[in-house]
Amino acid sequence: MVLQALAFYVFAFVVMASAAMVVVSRNPVYSVLFLILAFFNAAALFLLIGAEFIAMILIIVYVGAVAVLFLFVVMMLDINLAKLREGFLKYLPVGAMIGFVLFLEILFGLGVLGGNTTTLAGIGKAVPQVIAIDNTRAIGRVLYTQYFYLFQVAGLVLLVAMIGAIVLTLRSRPGLRRQHISEQLYRPKDEAVTVVKVPTRGGV
Amino acid sequence: MTIGLDHYLFVAAVLFTLGILGIFLNRKNVIVILKNVIVILMCVELMLLAVNINLVAFSVFQGNVVGQIFAMLVLTVAAAEAAIGLAILVVYFRNRGTIEVEDINAMKG
Repeated sequence: MVLQALAFYVFAFVVMASAAMVVVSRNPVYSVLFLILAFFNAAALFLLIGAEFIAMILIIVYVGAVAVLFLFVVMMLDINLAKLREGFLKYLPVGAMIGFVLFLEILFGLGVLGGNTTTLAGIGKAVPQVIAIDNTRAIGRVLYTQYFYLFQVAGLVLLVAMIGAIVLTLRSRPGLRRQHISEQLYRPKDEAVTVVKVPTRGGV
Repeated sequence: MTIGLDHYLFVAAVLFTLGILGIFLNRKNVIVILKNVIVILMCVELMLLAVNINLVAFSVFQGNVVGQIFAMLVLTVAAAEAAIGLAILVVYFRNRGTIEVEDINAMKG
């Protein structure tokens, strides 16, 4: 139990510290790398609490797809790094004040600062493991029966996002010489070949 | 020294606040003008991660697996949002040559 608590504190600290580094680091590439670190440690937090499937999905989806996409875009765009972060310190007080107020509000809502303590009291204790069934199996049993349409709609959302991203970024460059195989194959013979009567010593 | 629901909710609250803070800190001007769009998108991802932590923590501590399914759906939407957002970003950079948000004011009116 102590080991678990220790692991929780380590992972939680790394999550929060790397999230802070995402916000404050000057280079967007470093921001992406800290974001990846935050995702890994959040996955470790999920593992600690017993949600293994979500942890693995988090690593696959967030680190494998989203963060790499971010990294790709950051490195592809030619950004003036020094110019991007000017005015950062200038608006630090306003941003910090808004963040601090929001954080206090969230803590108040959680009941840490003496707000409502009644709502969380019943939830915080019991972890009844009623059926001896692993996490992935439990998710599968619910996801593919009761929430099947939701699952399908999630697939549709991804499909629409994929089509949208392709449509947005596809462009036809004017100067590009691309091979059109069908046009090549359907070219008639009299367009392709001409028989020229070459006079002797005259050249073509 | 047992880890309860409160600990997870605290971590999620810190993450969410950091995401909000990042969006505000990357603003050039307080009115409508944002600064670095990529970092802002990353901050949105952080906030979605905080929401996921909340959902999974409640799901586990209540013994109800539906929260984890909802977390998966949030993950799906986050991936779609990142793809679309970055595509828009790439198209904008291709057209205007910049992604500094103080320059993105064509629809300001």
